[in-house]
Amino acid sequence: MPRFTPQNAAEAAEIIARAAAGNQPLEIIAGASKRALGRPVASNDVLDISALRGIISYEPAELVLSVHAATPMSEIEAALSEHQQMLAFEPPDWRGLLGSGGEPTLGGVVACNQSGPRRVRAGAARDYFLGFSAINGWGESWKAGGKVVKNVTGYDMSKLQAGAFGTLSVLTEITLKVMPKPQTATTILLPSLAGEVAIALLSQALNTPYEISGAAHLPAVVARRSGVAAAAQGGAVTALRLEGHAPSVAFRVEAAEVLLGRGERLDAAQSAQFWREVGEVSPLLPAEGRVIWRLCPTPSAAPEVLQGISGAFASAEAYYDWGGGLIWLSLDAAAAGPDAGAAAVRGAMARAGGHATLIAAPAALRTAVPVFTPLPGPLEALARRVKQSFDLRGILNPGRIQEGH
Amino acid sequence: MILMPPPDQAVLARRTQIVADLRQIVPGDGVIDTEHERRAFECDGLTAYRQLPMVVVLPSTTAQIVGVLRYCTAHNVKVVPRGAGTSLSGGALPLEDGVLLGLGKFKRILEIDTANRCVVVQPGVTNLGITHAVQGLGLYYAPDPSSQIACTIGGNVAENSGGVHCLKYGLTTNNVIGIEMVTMDGEILRLGGKHFDSGGLDLLGVMVGSEGLLGVVTEVTVRVLPPPPGARALMIGFPTVEGSADCVADIIAAGIIPGGMEIMDRLAVEAAEAFVHAGYPLEAAALLIVELDGVAVEVDHLVALVEEIAQRHGATSCRASQSEAERLLFWAGRKAAFPAVGRLSPDYYCMDGTIPRRRIGYVLARITQMEQVYGLRVANVFHAGDGNLHPLILYNANIPGELERAEEFGNDILRLCVEVGGVLTGEHGVGIEKRDLMGTMFNETDLGQQQRLKCAFDPASLLNPGKVFPQLCNCAELGRVHVHGGQTRFPELPRF
Repeated sequence: MPRFTPQNAAEAAEIIARAAAGNQPLEIIAGASKRALGRPVASNDVLDISALRGIISYEPAELVLSVHAATPMSEIEAALSEHQQMLAFEPPDWRGLLGSGGEPTLGGVVACNQSGPRRVRAGAARDYFLGFSAINGWGESWKAGGKVVKNVTGYDMSKLQAGAFGTLSVLTEITLKVMPKPQTATTILLPSLAGEVAIALLSQALNTPYEISGAAHLPAVVARRSGVAAAAQGGAVTALRLEGHAPSVAFRVEAAEVLLGRGERLDAAQSAQFWREVGEVSPLLPAEGRVIWRLCPTPSAAPEVLQGISGAFASAEAYYDWGGGLIWLSLDAAAAGPDAGAAAVRGAMARAGGHATLIAAPAALRTAVPVFTPLPGPLEALARRVKQSFDLRGILNPGRIQEGH
Repeated sequence: MILMPPPDQAVLARRTQIVADLRQIVPGDGVIDTEHERRAFECDGLTAYRQLPMVVVLPSTTAQIVGVLRYCTAHNVKVVPRGAGTSLSGGALPLEDGVLLGLGKFKRILEIDTANRCVVVQPGVTNLGITHAVQGLGLYYAPDPSSQIACTIGGNVAENSGGVHCLKYGLTTNNVIGIEMVTMDGEILRLGGKHFDSGGLDLLGVMVGSEGLLGVVTEVTVRVLPPPPGARALMIGFPTVEGSADCVADIIAAGIIPGGMEIMDRLAVEAAEAFVHAGYPLEAAALLIVELDGVAVEVDHLVALVEEIAQRHGATSCRASQSEAERLLFWAGRKAAFPAVGRLSPDYYCMDGTIPRRRIGYVLARITQMEQVYGLRVANVFHAGDGNLHPLILYNANIPGELERAEEFGNDILRLCVEVGGVLTGEHGVGIEKRDLMGTMFNETDLGQQQRLKCAFDPASLLNPGKVFPQLCNCAELGRVHVHGGQTRFPELPRF
């Protein structure tokens, strides 16, 4: 298996141009921690851009960070922490979920539009993606966006690259908007609610002006696996996070409890651990012998979606994040069968609206089953034309999202 | 002057037939062809440019839009979509040989879904109309462009409109979660919905801000939010513009993201004060307005922190609003800044570049130098939190050559924005206004990639051509060739 390891963007462009000339597809990797995410790429050749790393510029007062695409997340988090700043979309570490090693990089996070629990309030990776340099499928280096926080010059190509899983271009430089880290955080845990009651309560909470920045519900069997003692006492937990300046958090926690009911309070450290687990899907791990799905339904329809799936699979274990806008679902692989439960999962989702992605499953299953929600014909045709407008010959991560392109 | 592509004489020759055919698709008063009535659509907010459209079509159903676009594709007729026509960059400037497709009849609010904090509307609903529809339920729509009383959500989607509060609450793109659109070949597509994010390629993300070049938006689902329970504003005077910019940097470095943060220079302050008597400090070289919003305890806490930071930066005056009436008074001058400046001069030209905030002192000094060169005055208002500059160039259109001078001055300001690491437009869009400057920010490869994307949506380049890109493109060619290292692509195509 040929492996190309360019030392800079110019070398990467040359390799892609040669691959394009020879119609030889490339699998794009950097830290390789998310190689098992999406469909297996139809390619024998690997383009490893992990040498394209390092911070290019970081201006805390401008809220702008520019890095080479393969900069490890750990390096970025360390630099931001020094100035009490963060990536507000809270990208989770999915190495446990995907059973992978490697080093998560910002390029991978952005390419997969990976966002954590704070997404419900703060937005997704795509919402913080200001600009980039990249290489398209002809080996041309190109750029879009800018290095300032407000910009509408030209098409918003950043949105399209976020979540393209490297199928449109290879990102080489990335500029993000960063945000101040909240001074403190408190999480309220409300005990023993049924799923549909919990989702209604989370919706009510998100409709208050108390700036809820985490809204999850873990049924009893899942909550018990939490490493946070207060969450693992046996029953279901419904969790609300409040962050910000200390006097404000204290006031809002009290006001939220008056409205929604008294709960157990997690301090900042426990809160951080609890939401890290929620983002990393650790309450459903280990995934041995299981397949794991990620569902994004219309939030209020989430309990009904899960009921539908649980009716089909007694083995289903799941929890809600984003006030119901995200369901993490684990099925017994044998019970789910040769389609990994896709028919039941997507059938339940069809009524709710939204999409479902098969996240953790053996490569053979991720080849056989549509990993991403199949698109209606005209949209599928448009997605194909968009792919071709960046990568006519299908050189970059072909098949990662959709078979054939 | 900005030139538009030469009209297609073959289309103009068929005008009578085209109008008759369009009447079959959109019956009644939906097709406007008298010169007198078309005149109302000849320009948008960039009023220096006017063009009578070949015909105006005002459909009232999505099926009619499908019919019109299919017809135009089949007959090679260009289409310019238009909302309320408030674009400041000429995005809705008609074409002599094109259909002007007005979405003004799409005014219904289709669904209010409080459980999922979203509202589904037709594209002709005004920005403020959304907030009016949900404020009784304790919700609002956050992006607030200054034209919000008139501008439509469809236009906001096309332009990715911002507003005073977007540092904290985001632009249109961060608050739109779904659309229905029709492509130039008449296909109805739904992107997004009430759920989070896209399951595959984020086509919704690239539709927002595409300036009407990729599709016609026929329905929009927006996120609505509970409004902050309270807000207070600070009005802070500084002896230098740099002092105010440094203060802004320190507020952000202290971990505070204000709801709004605006700087006005001396000329803008003088004009605003004379107009609304807000009590602005006339001795200051720069006025900084900071608005902090949230629960009362947080607002009071942050007001104290900001006051302290302002003192450290040599503020000559600092007042925090003590009542809602006072807060609104502090804002009154800023909100009236454009009309106030309009009283100083028969005409003004509003620019919209964004710069890294740390370069503000340098940029304003350079603009002052340019005022001498061009013999025109500039008043500056500035979304300070996100570095979005709005220099207002004062001129008199009745003096021959003065508009051209104002435009050239504006172009120089935008080139300067790019030179210091900024961009051509923060929120008004490229349209025709900044089209010919795109080359200062992007090279041929960058623009070629953007145009190839356009080809994926509109291969015949019939939708709003002549906007955003300084050169028309030939999609068949773009699909095949590439890598032209600096040399001009397709010399046979018109540059305009």
